[in-house]
Order: sequence, then C-alpha cells, then structure tokens
Amino acid sequence: MSIPASLAANPRLDRWVGFEEPGLVRVAVGKVEYGQGALTGLAQIAAEELDVGLDRLDVVNPETDLSPDEGLTVGSMSTEISGAAIRQACAEVRALFVAAAARRLGCAPGDLDVDDGAFVRNGAPSGLDYWALAAEVDLAVAPTGEAAPKSPDRHRIVGRSHQRLDLPAKVFGAAYLHDLVQPGMLHARVLRQPGPTAKLAGLDEAAIRRAAGAPVEILREGQFVAILAPNEAAANAAIGAAEQVAQWDNARDLTPALSEATSLKELPCESFPSPLPPVEPSNRRRFAASYSRPYIAHGSMGPSCGLAVFRNGELTVWTHAQGVYPMRTMLARICGLAPSNIKVIHTQGAGTYGHNGSDDAAIDAALIAVRKPGIPIRALWRREDEFGHEPVGTAMHVELTAELDAGGRIADYGAEIWSGSHTGGRGRCLAETALGLPAPPPFVPPGAQAGQRFSGGVLNAVPSYDIPVKRVTEHVVQAPVRTSSLRGLGGPVNTYATECFVDELAELAGQDPVAFRLAQVSDPRARVVIERTAAMCGWAARGPAGTGHGLGFAYCRYRERGAYVAAAVALHVDTEVRLDRMWCAADCGQVINPDACINQLEGGMIMAASWALKEQVRFSGAGVVTTTWDDYPILRFDEVPPVDIELIMAQTERSVGSGEVSLGPAMAAIGNAVAHALGARLRDLPYTRDRIARALLAD
Amino acid sequence: MLREVQLDINGEPRRVRVDDTASLLDVLRNHLELKAARYGCGAGQCGTCAVIVDGEERASCQLEVGNLEGRRITTLEGIGTPDRPHPLQTAFIDLQAGQCGYCLAGILVGAKALLDRNPDPNRAEIAEALSWHLCRCAVHNRIMAAVALAAKRIREGGPS
Repeated sequence: MSIPASLAANPRLDRWVGFEEPGLVRVAVGKVEYGQGALTGLAQIAAEELDVGLDRLDVVNPETDLSPDEGLTVGSMSTEISGAAIRQACAEVRALFVAAAARRLGCAPGDLDVDDGAFVRNGAPSGLDYWALAAEVDLAVAPTGEAAPKSPDRHRIVGRSHQRLDLPAKVFGAAYLHDLVQPGMLHARVLRQPGPTAKLAGLDEAAIRRAAGAPVEILREGQFVAILAPNEAAANAAIGAAEQVAQWDNARDLTPALSEATSLKELPCESFPSPLPPVEPSNRRRFAASYSRPYIAHGSMGPSCGLAVFRNGELTVWTHAQGVYPMRTMLARICGLAPSNIKVIHTQGAGTYGHNGSDDAAIDAALIAVRKPGIPIRALWRREDEFGHEPVGTAMHVELTAELDAGGRIADYGAEIWSGSHTGGRGRCLAETALGLPAPPPFVPPGAQAGQRFSGGVLNAVPSYDIPVKRVTEHVVQAPVRTSSLRGLGGPVNTYATECFVDELAELAGQDPVAFRLAQVSDPRARVVIERTAAMCGWAARGPAGTGHGLGFAYCRYRERGAYVAAAVALHVDTEVRLDRMWCAADCGQVINPDACINQLEGGMIMAASWALKEQVRFSGAGVVTTTWDDYPILRFDEVPPVDIELIMAQTERSVGSGEVSLGPAMAAIGNAVAHALGARLRDLPYTRDRIARALLAD
Repeated sequence: MLREVQLDINGEPRRVRVDDTASLLDVLRNHLELKAARYGCGAGQCGTCAVIVDGEERASCQLEVGNLEGRRITTLEGIGTPDRPHPLQTAFIDLQAGQCGYCLAGILVGAKALLDRNPDPNRAEIAEALSWHLCRCAVHNRIMAAVALAAKRIREGGPS
C-alpha cells in the first residue's frame, strides 16, 4: 500500500499523533485555519480512524517543530492532501495500539475493537485504552503503509456535520494575532516604497517626531523605513506624517489604463504556445469571443499583522500566513538566520483567500525584531497598506475560439490567455526589495516539480466537456504591480470565460444551454450536478431573453480533476444587476464535514458575485489607488441573494476540496443570466452600472 | 491633551488617562484590554470596530473619547460571554454563521442594536441594518438567519 505524500514527507507517526495527556489525543497537522474549517475536518478524520470522540482531540496549533511540514495551506487541497496523511497516520497508530493490547490480553488483534479510545474485546471492556498503553507503544516510527483505513461505510464522524472548533472564540471576540500583546512590545509601522525602483531622497524626521506626540524611533536602512512607537496612536500619527514628508525619487508612475485587462496584451510577456498544429481550414462553423477580469484585491477584513521577538539569537514569529514552514524558510533567507534558530507560530487572522499582506507583515516584524534584540515588535499594516501594497490577484484577458461540427458539438476549442502570474509573488517580500537584498530563488508552487512551469493561468482553460481538440496558449505577462495567488488562481476566470462562451455556442447551435452541455458530457458525476442544478433553479420554466430578468447556468469540473460544480443564478437588471437567487449542486467527492463544505461553497459563490459585479483594483501614479472600501466596494448584506446548495455525498470517492470550486461557475452563471436578462452579452468584468448602460445603448 | 476621562463601558465606570482626541477603538483595545472591537479600516467603512453608544451602533474608530463621558457604551464583551452567551452568540454557533470571523464581533454588536429596537426583524430589515458591515468570507445568509433565529428565541422567552 502506498503512503500519502504528506505522511511520507513527515515519516514519523509521533509527529502527527500522541497520547501524552490522559484522556486526550494530540493531533498535529501542517495546515492552518482561516475559518475554512480545515482543522475541524482533519480532526474528524483523526477521530474517525482512532475511534475516539472528537472532544478528546487536542488539535495542535500549527507551529514549526510541533507540527508536520505540509507546506502552504492553498489550492483547496487541505482535506485531500493532509486528510490522506492524517487518515493513514491514525490508522497505523490504531493498528499499533490494537496489536499491543492484543499481546497484553493474549488475544488476536481481530478480537478487539476501539470505543472512544478504550479497547473492547468481543463487545466487553478490556480495561485497556490508548493512554494505558502509551508507554509501551513506540510512535517514533515510520509508517508502514500496511494499516488499512476504515472503509467509508463504517464512518460515524466523517461525513457528518460538526461545529467548527475555531468558531466559539470568534463569537466571543477573541482569537486573532492582532490581539496579542507582549510585555515591552513596540508598535511598528513601515513606510512603503512607492514601487520597487523608488529611492528615498529625503525624510523630515523632526516632523515625524512632532506628529507622533510620543518618543518614536525611526529605523532607516536603504529604502526601508520603519517607525517604532510605544503605543498605536503614536505609531499611526507618525506613519501618517512620514507619508506626507517622505520624498522619493524614481517612484513608479503607472497610467490608469494599466488597470484594464486589455492592457495585458501590450505588456512584455513570456509565451507558451499550444503544441498542436494550427487549425486546418474546414467547413465547420467557427466562432470567437474574448472575455476579461481586471485586477482583484484579496480584501481581507483585517489588515495584515506580524509579531516577532529576537532573543539570545532565537527569532520567534507569530503570523497568520498560509504555512509556518514556508515562512520559516523565507525568514531564514531574509534575516540571515539558521532555520533551527527560528520558531514560527501560526495565529489566526482575517481570511486571506490567497497570498495577501500576511507574509510581508511577518517579515516586516522580523526584520525589525532582529535589529532590536529583546523587544517584541508588532507590525501592523493599515487598511491603505493592505489595499495598496498586498500582491493583487492578476487581471486576465482570454480569447476563445471554437468550431462546431455538423451536429452542433464542439469539435475544436482554443483558448489564448494573457495573465500576470498567479504564483510569482510568492516568496518575494516588499521589505527585501526596500533593503536591496538579493532576489530570492524562484518559487516552486506546491505540487509542481522543480523546473516545471506553473503560473496558474491555464487552470480550467478548456471547458469540462468531451471535446476532441483542445488548444491552449498562455502568455505570462509582467504585470505593472506585484501579483500573486487569489482564490482559485486562473481557474475561476477561465471558467467564467469558457462557460459564458459555451452559452454563446449553444445559442449559435440553436440549442438550450443546459441541453447543449448535457449532450457533450459523458461523466455521470458531471451529469448529476448539472441535472440537479437545472431542477433546483426551475430551468425548464426559464422565460424568454431580453425581459430584464435572467436565469443563467454554468458547470465546471474544477482543475479537470476536482469537484464537479454546477451553478445557476436568477437576477434582474435595471440600472444595475440585482441578484435574486443562486443555486449550486456540487460533488466534492468524499465530504468530511458537510456543513463546513456548504459554507465554503456558498461563500465562494457570493465572493464571486462580488468580483463579477463590483470589483476592480485601479492603478495610477505610484501604484494602487483603490485603497479604501469606498474605492473598492464589495457585495453587501442588502445585495446578497439567498443561496441554495445541494451537496452530492460521494463518500466512496476521493475528497477534492471545496474552497475554490464554486467561484468560476457562479461568475459564469451571472454572466449568462445577465446576457439572458439583457438579450445582449457583456464579456468584461465587472458588470458595473456604466457597462450595463453601454450594453443597453448599443442594443 | 492628556486627561482623565471617565467612561461607562458595559455598565461599569472605567477611568483612563489619555488624550481626549484618542479614538474609542484605541482606548478599548490598548487601555482597557477589550479586544472584541477591532481595527479594519480606521474610516468607519467596514464595521469591524462597531460598539453601541446610547442604543445606537457606531464605529468606535470614528469616536473621540473626550466626547463620550456620560454616554453608555456597550462592546461585544458586554453582550455575552462563554459562560453567559447572548442568544445571538448561541445562534451564530448553532448555524455556524462565520468563517474567518474577523467581522463577527462588529456584526454581533450591530445585530444586538437592531434587536433592541426591532425584536422581530424580517430579512430585509436585517440586511439593511447590517449593510454597512462588510464580510469578505461571504457568510451573509447564515448571519442573517442566525439573527432571525436569535430574535425568535428571545421573543419566545430567552434572556434578552
């Protein structure tokens, strides 16, 4: 039997599980919690395999040395990757203990069962439990791959909704890194360089000190300027003044037109053409359309925060970044310390939905801390820093072509994609650039082999149907600002484009959009979610186009190997788009915690609706100018429609994650519903009031 | 100007020596160790720092403490605790109405202010009352359902 990759990389059972405290099971995983429910789901898997109640689990807060190294918490992969590891680790631990109990009791292991941690022999208590045997079972051993996890039909904890372990603290007002206080802590604010080439020409330090109203220290090194204050009020006043008085030479100067996705085609890029020969002339009907999404902000509710202290040559960093070991690697490189002298402790922050300012804030704190030994440093980004300096989700421009055969089926499909990198911002921090440190080695995304190209731009480039010829050309553009991962990378944008295009193709073929899809998808799991969603939204009773009321549909298999998701959206359009209701049926394989999965699917749909209707990061001059919530509106409570979700419980299938899978279908269903409502197609996101007006005038 | 300011917070008199232009958010978090109201934007645009002042929901980042003497201030800590949860908090847990949760403290405060003036709000009224609060994880529907559930439980005789 094979050993899951994450367990093979951390091949000692005691890294994952322990019985040190009577009655409690220590479970450690390398994934972090942002409220997506990862730790609860992984705890359910552990409890299931060990046959203990969930309340016996002590889930270790991710920390270097205490947790297995599972890299970054990204890509909707926690349940699949970490879940497989913890499942196998716990199955092996259970088998070792059952064997030990059988030896003590002089019976066969097969005579024993486990009930909430106690060994039961032929239904009767044996007097032994995990904790009684803990001293004689050595878990400092490698997994053998021989213990078989339970078959899904025996699951009692996995596949049932459980309340998330992280939520109670949050409704009582405590939980976050932002709330930590250390004795003697100083409050740091960093003056951000207006672009990587900017040089600090002057800084009136006296003006900053006057504004602070309390003694502050101004730390200057290269283009890195940090203000250290005894309290937050002074830190905020000082950084505000510093921004006013700082004089920069050679600051970035961006034209507003760079904010538009169409500008991507004019920028320098690296191109990766489709390996297929060009399309042969044929008498098939050929169609083309292009779609785009602009740059998008992560828009975390809490600006990023980092806390660090450097004592006796040891650096301790508290961070809400996406993984503790990748952060340690980065800290070691940037601070010039050995990894063994760095401890990284994950502490929850606001949701990040990808790579926002979290890494940078931790690095800011650490760089200051190593320059101020013994003093805890809390570096907090302001709202304008988070919007203005986080790596943004890249714009994408997608040009699609398709040929329909005589029967109206897609015979040849082409996608040419211009996109900034979805992963390139990883591992490069603002402070490194400001300090003039050497460029870091290129980031290798999780799952990619060294040297393999992966920018995230071609995920779901081709719609999930039985299409004989698929051509994908990618242009990885040098975007004018730092771009990095945002929920789903290129997947949701490509699904938006392809699934809107599929609706256009259905219309050209003279077919109903849902029937057109069903005619070209043979995978039965795909058909189930399409049919369920069509039934939920009342597709059969869909009205005519152009009435102002629209019903739109979309389907996608995430990354061609993940969840099957179909979505439908009902909306109406007057001067702007108003969402009336959204539906989704999803098959995410084996579901660990159905309620948490539904929460993820629904959150993804609503976030996608916000992207589709409202969001665009704009540039001008030195960088991002949409630096407040007024400049960057997102969907609000009175704009959110009811959402109905049906989860297909495919418990004997592989778990494939749910966090990123509903965004693309939701955006595309909105696109298709707007086209249905208007009787005219909008292709560039977001669907603002201006764009709606222009579409109506052009009609 | 530094001076002694007397505040009424969660029914208790609290004295702090601060500049009277200090924001209530700063004073709550950094002088009174009340961490539920949190910084989100510093501009009254997101709702994460919401508190109730004399029955009205306000952004604590926009209030100067010098103007708050004699006003009744309620924070999430004054609404309920793990030992004595408010029905809103219980309902939010029961319906799993949260993901990252950073916005929840402010939203719970907003919901409390709403239920105090309207014990039976419909979905549209809840949405309107909470519309200045942002929730990026997009848990809006569960939150609105949890507020309605708490309202129902309170009307049926739970603690107010």
